[in-house]
Order: sequence, then C-alpha cells, then structure tokens
Amino acid sequence: MENIIEELKKNLKEITSEQKLNEIKAKYLGKKGSISELSSKIKDMTAEEKKNFGALLNKIKTEATNLIDEKRKKLNDEILNQKLKSESIDISLPSTKVPVGAPNILEKIIEEIEELLMSMGYDVVDGPEIEEDKYNFELLNIPKGHPARDAQDTFYLKDEEILLRSQTSPVQIRTMLKGKGKEPIRMICPGKTYRRDNDDATHSHQFMQIEGLLVDKKVSLSDLKGTFDVIAKKLFGEDTETRFRPSYYQFTEPSVEMDVSCHHCKGKGCSICKNTGWITVSGAGMVHPNVLRNCGYDPKQWQGFAFGFGAERLAMVKYNIDDLRVFYTNDIREMKTFDRKEAE
Amino acid sequence: MIDLEWVADYIDIADQDLKDLAVKITKAGINVEKVISNHIDNLVIGEVLECEAHPDSDHLHVCKVDTGREVLQIVCGASNVRKGLKVIVALPGATLPGDFEIKKSKIRGVESSGMICALFELGLEEKTEEAYNKGITELPSDAKVGDNPLEYLHLDNTLYELDIHKHRNNDCYYHIGFAYEIAAILNRKVTLPDDKTNPIKENIKDYFNLKVDTDKCPYYLAKMVKDVKIGESPEFIKRRLKACGMRSINNVVDISNYVMLEYGQPLHFFDKDSLGDNILVRDAKEGEEITTLDGVNRVLKSSDIVITDGQKPVCIAGVMGGENTEVTENTKNILIESAIFDAVSIRYTASGLNLKSEASIRYGKGLSYEYTMKAIERACHLLEKYAGATVLSGTICHDKIDKMPKVLKFKTSEINDMLGIVLTDDDIKVELNRLDFPFEFKNDKFITTIPSRRLDIDPNVNDIAEEVGRLYGYHNLVSTLPNTLVRRGKYIGDVQYRKMASKRLRALGLNECKTYTLVSPDMAKLFKYDGKVNLSLPNPLSLDKSVIRTTLIPSLLNVYDYNKARKVNDINIYEISKTYDENYNEESKIAIVMEGNYIVNEWNGVKVKTDFYLVKGIIENILDYFGFAERYTFEKKEIPDMHPGISAVITLDKKEIGVIGRVHPSIRKDDVYVAEISLNSLMNGVNAIKFKAVSKYPEIKKDLAFIVDKNVTSSEIEKVIKKAGGKLLESVKVFDVYTGENVLENEKSIAYSLTFSSPDRTLSEEEVMKLFSSIIDKCENELGAKLRDK
Repeated sequence: MENIIEELKKNLKEITSEQKLNEIKAKYLGKKGSISELSSKIKDMTAEEKKNFGALLNKIKTEATNLIDEKRKKLNDEILNQKLKSESIDISLPSTKVPVGAPNILEKIIEEIEELLMSMGYDVVDGPEIEEDKYNFELLNIPKGHPARDAQDTFYLKDEEILLRSQTSPVQIRTMLKGKGKEPIRMICPGKTYRRDNDDATHSHQFMQIEGLLVDKKVSLSDLKGTFDVIAKKLFGEDTETRFRPSYYQFTEPSVEMDVSCHHCKGKGCSICKNTGWITVSGAGMVHPNVLRNCGYDPKQWQGFAFGFGAERLAMVKYNIDDLRVFYTNDIREMKTFDRKEAE
Repeated sequence: MIDLEWVADYIDIADQDLKDLAVKITKAGINVEKVISNHIDNLVIGEVLECEAHPDSDHLHVCKVDTGREVLQIVCGASNVRKGLKVIVALPGATLPGDFEIKKSKIRGVESSGMICALFELGLEEKTEEAYNKGITELPSDAKVGDNPLEYLHLDNTLYELDIHKHRNNDCYYHIGFAYEIAAILNRKVTLPDDKTNPIKENIKDYFNLKVDTDKCPYYLAKMVKDVKIGESPEFIKRRLKACGMRSINNVVDISNYVMLEYGQPLHFFDKDSLGDNILVRDAKEGEEITTLDGVNRVLKSSDIVITDGQKPVCIAGVMGGENTEVTENTKNILIESAIFDAVSIRYTASGLNLKSEASIRYGKGLSYEYTMKAIERACHLLEKYAGATVLSGTICHDKIDKMPKVLKFKTSEINDMLGIVLTDDDIKVELNRLDFPFEFKNDKFITTIPSRRLDIDPNVNDIAEEVGRLYGYHNLVSTLPNTLVRRGKYIGDVQYRKMASKRLRALGLNECKTYTLVSPDMAKLFKYDGKVNLSLPNPLSLDKSVIRTTLIPSLLNVYDYNKARKVNDINIYEISKTYDENYNEESKIAIVMEGNYIVNEWNGVKVKTDFYLVKGIIENILDYFGFAERYTFEKKEIPDMHPGISAVITLDKKEIGVIGRVHPSIRKDDVYVAEISLNSLMNGVNAIKFKAVSKYPEIKKDLAFIVDKNVTSSEIEKVIKKAGGKLLESVKVFDVYTGENVLENEKSIAYSLTFSSPDRTLSEEEVMKLFSSIIDKCENELGAKLRDK
C-alpha cells in the first residue's frame, strides 16, 4: 500500500499540465481510482482489520489529496508567473504627463513675499490701477509741478487728475485713510504700475511693484532694517547680507536704498553686481510726517516705514535674467522651469 | 558733474584719496555714479633732441627724446614732430584709453621705447579729423622736461558724475553745495570764494527802474557793470566749464555760467544799452512772442513769466534770454539779474516750450535766497577781475521772499526712537556742527536753525533724523523687528478670489500669463461681447499701446501666437487681470486660451484633445470650486469673433458672467478655444461647505435613449428628466450621442444613464419604474422625443 504514495509522487513529478494532474487525480482518487479500489477490499475484513486498514487508507487518501493539491498550486503559480512574465513592460518609456500649470515668474516672486509677510502679520491689499492724482501723488507729498514727478513720467487719462497709477503707493494711502488715524497698519500691495517708458531690456511701460507699509506707535528705521533682512534672506538665501544707503524719496524721510550682497559671487564682485558685491533691490524709508498727517495719522504719535520692491527687478536679480521683456512674452517653455519647489 | 579740483577752492581735500572720498559721499547719501579721473601713469614731458627720417618709411621719424631721467629713442608718425619741440611722452608701462599698453617695441626694424602723444590719444580731446591732422600735441616751451604733462596742463582733475534722479535736491548740484556736503562728511569748514568789488560812486539806482508785477517772482536783484572788455576767459574758467560739460563762449558769458556752477544760482546778463533803463517782470500775455538766444521764435502762455523792458519781453524768466538784449562782442555795459522765480511755473514753462536749459533745471528744483545775493556779488567780482568791468554801487531789489528761518525743537530721544539707535546729546551736537546747522541746547532740547541752502529739509524730526542718520552711518544700525502684536495677515478683498482662481487654474494645468493692459486699437476691436467701450489714452507712447483693454482674450491670443510660432504645441494659458471701460469702471477678468492636446502620450495612444467640452469642464470646475454648483448654465449664443456654432454665454444665477467658445476660424484657423469670465461676479455668494453623507441604501440604474430633433439640446432634455425624476433621481449622465445610420438627418439619438436612490430607504423596482415611465412620457410630450428601441 505504501507503494501507492511512492508511485503517485513519481507520477506527479513528471506532470506539467493541469489536465494531466486531473487525470492522475482520477487515477488515484477517482471512483475507479486505485485508492478507491483499495477501499473496496474492506468489506471482506474483520472488525479489527477494518479499523487498522481504514485508518491507513484514510491516511493515504489524505496524503494523496495533499500531494495533488500541492502540485496544483505549484502548477498554478507557474502559470501565473508565466503570465506575469509576459505582461512585463518597459518602464523606461515616456510617462503620461498630468497637466499642471506654471505660475508666472513675477507672481511666483510676489507669492513668496506674500507668504512671508502674511506670516509676519501683513495683509495683502489690492487697489485700482486707474487712480486719482490725489492718491498717486498729492497725498504722498508730491504736489503738482514737483520735480519728483519727473522720475515717474505718468500716463494721464484726463487732465492732471486721472491717471494709470505710476506706483502702488496709492493703495497705502487708501489703506491709511481707511485706518482713520486709529488703526495700526501692516500691509503689502503687489500690483501693476505704469510709466511712460519705451520697452527695452531694462524699461517697461508696465511693471509690478510690491510695496509694504507698517504704521504703529513705536517704529524705527532699525525695524525696517530687520524686516528687510528677513525678506532678503527668504528671497536670496540665509547667508545674504544687507545694507542701507541713504536715498531720497518724497514720501519717506529718512529714505534709504536697500542692497543685498550679491548671491552669485557672494559679495566678491561679478558682472551681475557690477563688481560692487552689492545689488540694490528696494527703496524704503520712514513714512514722511506729511504723508502720515495727510492720511489722518498724527506723526507725533504714529510712525511707520514703507518699502518698495520691483518684482521684475527681484526676478532678474534672483534668476539672472537680463531682459525685462521676458516677463511679458510668456514663453511657456520658460515658464515651465518655474513650476517647482525651490531650495530655501 | 562736479570737478573736484574746483571744489578744492572751497574746502581742503588735498589729503583725500578721491576714490575713497566718493565712496564716503555715496554712503552718506549723494550717489557718486562715476569717478572720472584723467590721471594716467607714466606720462612725462619730453623734449625732442633729434628727429630724423625713418630709414624704412616715408612718414615715420626716429626721435631722441629727453624725458628728464634718460634719453629715449621713439619712433613717431606725426608730421609736426621736430627737433626742439616739448611733447607729451607715454613711457613703456603707460596704459592709454582703450587698454592700449605702451611697450618697448620695434617699428619697421627700429627700436622704439614709448610714444609721443596727442591729447585725443589720451582721451582728453575729441578725436576729430582736425585733431588727427594736427598731429602730436605741442607743449609751450616753458614746459619742464620730466614733469607730469597733465598736471602742467591742469588736465589731471577728477570729476564726479552724480546720480541726479536720486538727488535729494539742488544743494549738491553746484560746487559750493557739494563742498558743504564734503565738509559734513569730513568734519571740515567751507570757505566761500572772494566776492569783494571796488564799486564806483555811480549808483545803479540813478539809472534804473525795476517793477515786479507778478507774485511768481518773489526775489529779484539787479546790479550793473560798465565798460566790460569782451575777450577770452582765463584758462581755469574755460577748463572748469569744459569739465562740467559747458562750452566757453567769452569771458562775460562764461562768468555767468561759472557762478551758476559755483552757487547753483542762474544769472542772466542783459546788454544794458539794448535793454534801456527799465525792467518790468510780469506774467506773459497769451500769445506774446519772443525770439530766444537760440534764434527760435517762441509763443508764450499767460502762465509763463517774462522779463520786459517795460514794453516788450526781453527774457523768458528762468528759462532763456531774448536775442534782443543778448550780450555780444560789442557789449559794453551789463545788467546782471539774479532772481528767484516760482519753481513750478518755471517747470511748466520749460516743459511747455520743450526748452530745458541749465537755468530752468535749476529754477525748477528751487533755489536758496541766501545765494541770490552771493552769486550776483561774486559775478561782479569776477567781471571786475577778468573782464575789466567797472562795478556800479547799489543793488536794485524786489524782495518779497519768505526769509523766515526754519527752526526745529527736538530731543535726542526723538532721533533715537526714529532711527532705533542710542546717541547722546553730545553726539547730536557733533553731528549738527558737522552739518553747519547753528543750534542752541536748552533744557534737554535742541533748537536748531536749518540753513536756507538746505531747501530739502523741513523742520521736522524725520528730516533731522535723516541728516544725523546718514552721517552716523546706516551700516551702524542694528536689525530689529517691530515690537507689536502680530496676527497672521490675510488676503483682503478681491485678492483672495484672484489667488483662489489662479491656484485652481494652475492645478487644472493652465499656465499663468501676464500681458499688457495697454493694447492696440486693432486688438481692442476684438471679442467685444459685453458692450463695453474702450478708454483710449489721450497721449499714448505708441499706437500699439494706446487703448486700455476691456477683455484679455486678444492679449492671450498674442501669447498663443508667440508660442505657436516657436513650435510649442498644446497651449493652455490663462490670465487674471483688471480691465477698465471708458468710465473707469473696473472689472477683474479670468481669461483662458486652450489649443491642442490636454493630455497626450502618443506612443501608447493616450490623447485628450482640447475641445469645447474640455474648456467647459474647466469653467465648471472653477465655478464649482467657488461654490456655485447648480447655479450656472451655458447658453448657446453667437459671440463676436467666435465660431457662431461653437460659442455660448455663461450665466450665474441667471446673470451673464462670461463667454466661451472656439475662436472664429477667420481669426485663428486652428481649433483655439477661449473663455472669459468676470472674477467680480464670483466674489459673492460663496457658501460654507455642508457635509452630505452618501446613501447607505442600494441605488438603481436605468438607461434610456431618445431620438430627438437635432435642435433640442441636451440640457433641455436633462431639465425635463430631472423635473420628472424628482428627488429620487440622484444623477443624469449622457453616455452616448449619435447621428448617422438609422437616425434621420434632422434628428439625433442621445442616451442617458439615470441613477435613482434614497438617503433613507431601499427603493422598490416598481416605484423606480413608475418614475422612469413618467420621465419617458414627459420627454415625449414636451420635447417630441421618441424612445429608441433597445
């Protein structure tokens, strides 16, 4: 009887298809299979014999079933493996690109500054691009006929009253007027501005400014310096150094120009920083007392600082872009390079 | 332009390295853009001892030149080189302009150790044909061999080019003002130039009448000199004027310019004999004419100021003199004008006449009355000294100028608070002394008087803090942050909606563009779907940027063209921007342009082509994102410049908020799709999100297909289905649209998959079938739809 199992093992070894396996199964375990035939002998046995034989028979039956099942699993695995093998792909073929849009380079810079300054409590405010002379100039301490207007050759729309704003500062004026001399202010106002310049590599009749304003009851020029430090390091890297130089603006006093150490040459001097090691990126200063007064804030109690960046300038410096027109031609291939996270 | 050799007349800077000084000045606030130094190393005065023809050339000479230390052999090509001539020699090691380095060399076989130069070769004279033909520069015989030739010629000066735009004001635009700035930086004193004269008894007041009949001339001084001898100016005046970019004309005219560059005060010299005995300053009459010194006839406006001889104009005040009273070679007697005119008025006149003169620029920035008198006296002094003039005593004067000193009281703590630094009272005293601001210190308070030359300083703490701060040095500031309560900032007003839409559109695969607000009239004519009238600039820079746009679509189509021309396929772009109509009404708009494939992977056949329905999907996505699901519709409508069969308006709460469609094939032949919606229309009605659980009970799906007239739209059918289906009809989806075989030409087949479900129970087949039949009935009755056989 033990021979049956040995024989089955031998048979199974040679089998390669499920069909053969089924035949074998029938041969051993089928109604007329060798094991079933063995069980037919049982009726001629004594009770004692029956018991022993029955047990043995069961054992053989179980063992044979297990062997066959095992073989079946093995065969199935082989088939599956064959199938999987045939389904293997060349994963090096090009992917299906999921459409994702790129930000405009200027908006990317603006959003970076917005994120930072919002975390420091600055609101992001918008204002009209068609402005009144009053908000664009007069309340900013630039009366009609003032030479400071020369530097901002303006598109007037109606007499000397309505214009395309030449700076985003009128948004600051509007915000201060809303504050009615009582509310402290922290705001930035990124937006489009317009001046009568012919477009070339370094001039554009339309450009983006990012101006900021803080008005409160104890604000100093050193606070402006600290704020600028934070912005400069965020934009140009932690190792960026900053410097203030005195300057002149009609709406701030004292006025400064804010420089960052050249991030390309680390201050050693290169073509980008014109060998000075420094790049001017912003004009700023303490809000002129006349401007505070014009907007209802008593300069004896309130001080403030204001700063202004040109988004184009920042992008040009940061990404070493030498032609301002790049930002308005919108070459999609160029835009795509800006669709990613950047090292902090 | 500031000539440092000139400045040295007023302040001792002999010990200064002028490049370092420029850095110090820039740090303190006056931007020295460029330091122009004429100094060249290894230049020496030489004497030609021998001069013979080059053996191997028909024009070269071989010279022996004494340079003081040694005698060099130099080959020279100039025709005027000759024995005994004193010349400028560039020795080996000298670098001439253009990085031309002088080396020992052989010229046609003859050794040459240097170069004999002309001034133009040193960059000190313009390289004209005339200069070239003159040959090498011939120095006077008194030139000392071995000396520095530029020093001998007074050409070794250093010039500072200032950044005028960033200029705080007029006060550093002239040499004495600049000297005061250096004085403050170096803590030294300024010495003003000599202005003493020896007037004769004869008094101008005996001759002359002055009347000022306008309030735009608060200060007018006039003096008179007699018997001037017109001739050449002394060398130093010629040289200094030239350095500052002015041409020497004659001694008299030069003196007026010279004094202007010294004190910043423009002077005008009238030929007294042409002028007569009267001056009347008044507003010009509208249309009044005058021929100015440049020979141009000018027509004046009533807002201009004129100097007249009592009748006719003789000078446009502050801008340019008249030809009729011009100082000429024959002039004997001169009336000198030194005045202050209203700065704004001069600026308007100069720009109105398009006549910017040295005078008008200075008047336009404003002048200090202190120097009005100083300048006229200085001019008399110089005329007496260099033009043989006899100065009459007395000054004619109209004086309505506000001479009220600007006085400020302040405490040291106010300066410290403003700058965020810690200075003591003594520190402030030092700073005020450096600035030459007189002050008193009483009861812990400073009382300082701001000199009138500092027109830029108003009596407030900020202004003094700036003066103190810039001298103290901004590099000494310590960085701090404002010490106030902080909350996180927010996007205020429309910014947040713009950001929201922008981020969503980027996530949907569209690239963000930025284009110009100003467009050409041709662009402005396109896509005029909302009836807005454009605003045109009254004075545009150019025609292509002369109109303010009311729609962004044409600008985006330009971007499309730009990229298409560069072989960029699959263009998906958007822009969000403000637009304005003729009444300055503002509307922010979102525009989209899409063409090509939205998703593509060619090798394995993946392709989602951009079509109307994709752009519609993008718009729906935005509207859903803003919380407007179920509140918008797309209504077929012909839109200007869009394909008449593929265009629609988008409505929200029954109000038109935008358009969508394919660009008319006559405008762009490709399948370009555009959409534009008003962002302003999306700024209201954004609701809070409410959670809606998915039904736990099984849903029942039913499909059906109708044959309908071609003109019946899917949304009409859907509307009927939804109405008939009621609450239990969860969703309606189109799964097939068919025209062609088995369907009549004017009909189409459209198939829907309907899903029924209830949030609180299992639906029975019967009740769903009842709804289903009612849906079919309604469609048949209301739309003439025929149920299509399965």
